[in-house]
Amino acid sequence: MEEINIMILMSLLKSMLKIRLVEEYFAEKLTSREIRCPVHLYVGQEGIAAGVCQNLRTDDYVLSTHRSHGHYIAKGGDVNALVAEVFCKENGCSHGYGGSMHIVDPKINYLASSAIVAGSIPIAAGTGLASKLKNEDRVSVAFFGDGATDEGVFWETVNVAALLELPVLFVCENNLFSTHMPIALRQAEIDIHKKVSAFGLETARIEGNDVEKVYTTARGLIERIRATRKPALLECLTFRWLAHVGPDPDLDIGYRKKVDVEKWRKKCPIQGLKNRLLERGILSEPEYGRLVGEIETLVGDADRFRRAGRDPSVTEF
Amino acid sequence: MLRRISYAAAINEAFIAIMREKKEAFHIGVGINTPWFVGNTMTGLLEEFGPDRVIDTPVSENGVTGLAIGAALAGMHPILTFPRMDFMHYAMDQLVNHGALLPATLGGRVKIPILVRAIINRGGEQGAQHSQALQGVFMHFPGFKVVMPSHPYDAKGMLLQAMEETDPVIFIDDRWLYDEQGEVPASSYRSDLDRAEIVREGTDLTVVASSYTVVLCRETLESLPGAPSVELIDLRSIKPIDSACLLRSVAKTGRLLVVDATWPKGGVAAEICRIVATEGFASLKKPIAVISLPDAPAPAAHSLEEKYYPRASDITAAIETLIG
Ligand SMILES: Cc1ncc(C[n+]2csc(CCOP(=O)(O)OP(=O)(O)O)c2C)c(N)n1
Repeated sequence: MEEINIMILMSLLKSMLKIRLVEEYFAEKLTSREIRCPVHLYVGQEGIAAGVCQNLRTDDYVLSTHRSHGHYIAKGGDVNALVAEVFCKENGCSHGYGGSMHIVDPKINYLASSAIVAGSIPIAAGTGLASKLKNEDRVSVAFFGDGATDEGVFWETVNVAALLELPVLFVCENNLFSTHMPIALRQAEIDIHKKVSAFGLETARIEGNDVEKVYTTARGLIERIRATRKPALLECLTFRWLAHVGPDPDLDIGYRKKVDVEKWRKKCPIQGLKNRLLERGILSEPEYGRLVGEIETLVGDADRFRRAGRDPSVTEF
Repeated sequence: MLRRISYAAAINEAFIAIMREKKEAFHIGVGINTPWFVGNTMTGLLEEFGPDRVIDTPVSENGVTGLAIGAALAGMHPILTFPRMDFMHYAMDQLVNHGALLPATLGGRVKIPILVRAIINRGGEQGAQHSQALQGVFMHFPGFKVVMPSHPYDAKGMLLQAMEETDPVIFIDDRWLYDEQGEVPASSYRSDLDRAEIVREGTDLTVVASSYTVVLCRETLESLPGAPSVELIDLRSIKPIDSACLLRSVAKTGRLLVVDATWPKGGVAAEICRIVATEGFASLKKPIAVISLPDAPAPAAHSLEEKYYPRASDITAAIETLIG
């Protein structure tokens, strides 16, 4: 694999850690029931958001789903506003109207998160259509799960994006489940990228927990999209460590096994990169500790920010 | 005395009875095999009837709805569940253009017996895409029957009756009702689908409610000081609406309050106002009052939800204005 520059490697590590620590903070506040709204945590999948978004410019568009915190953070979203939104505070990014499933920041072109499975995929392609009509070289990224490829609208969008040559990167985070349903109980042919390539898109299927692999593969695809305006799909294999919704490990409902969760925990994207950086002498344990400390400070600041936030109020809707 | 069971248990009992009685019946829908989506209403079904008759599907609402309609055309009687009404928008083409409109369009040559079970699941800071109550939408389309039981007895009896129908029935249950207890016979019985029910009689004001707002209104009325003489009507059926029952009541009371926990424009409350304004105008002593949701998407924040959904105090205030 090609060499990735050290600054970028450190940035990937930082981005993933930021996501992890924010999500763990949410998990704690969900357990203590200080957070009421439904939260779909991203723990275990951080390599994908970090690896893809590292290649994006601020003017590139991102659209996401119910499981969007990682994408928002990796795109450069303000952690304070995210945390406040999950607590449904007035100083949240959607002013407390959306909650965890409706994160947004138009300033960084993170344009919407939808709680309807596959709902934001055609919309992402639509931002690509706008770029094409305005003759801009932005790239649009749609993040979604394997469950979204159950929906007809996904396939309609893939076809029309290929047909109209729209600058869209479809990022399928295949964590092998849609809520309680494993992919093999939902799709007769489970190789998503193979099916999409039949529509005429450039596609790749990679280990989503290898952040370097995600970064380099996404870079290749994004450069190509910018140059040719043709859409592409990146399928990243991964696993969510926690429940579909909420902070528990979801081991008591019978749809997944403890050994599988353990197996995937061993493939932690953060630990993986950290080990490689330690081996190469790019990172030391004290440096890593300082990085964690920095991010803990940031999370602490966000906690204070949301505490200072008011509950939204209206006299009339 | 009859047994008392919960609304959710009553639905479950009806489903088990239907599956035992009717070999054409089968269940299909996204998430029907996990309590996370359907509470305890599907308990035991997969175990007793197996995965061929209890089909948890890919997240493909429109396609799955078409499948159910096709199976109905070919002699089956599907029970198609949507764990939230919000997810039905994907399926609107199959539901409306095909399920509702095709039978009459094909000159009545075919029937589409299908029970569409649609769950309202809202509150808890879930936001606008996880909170919709779409009874007003479905009543709009010719071809559907639309029912919304408010208590366990009706939940069971209306489901069993819905499976006797040869046209599509939209059965709407609200998760806010799942823990409501009520008397329910263990036997298999049927409740009418097209009749309203007078929950309590009164002479000074008619209050019309449906589904969970019946519970809200009943509890509010029970706690009202001075015990005003208010007639409470449980609509039960949204389509057809039992206009005879409404008009009789308004002829007696001369005053009408409609409580409908969904958006106000063009929906159930608007239709009731139309019926009473066109057919019962002469009985009205005061303008009709309506309590509904604001014409706005459901907000997430708890502080906003508390204002957004109808409360007992809204009902009390409206009653005071009408007969105070
Ligand atoms: C149209 C629609 N149907 C069903 C749901 C309920 N639902 C919420 S998330 C989800 C699973 C999505 O799985 P996937 O797309 O793989 O994303 P993941 O949760 O695994 O990140 C489902 C079925 C929904 N939100 N929208």
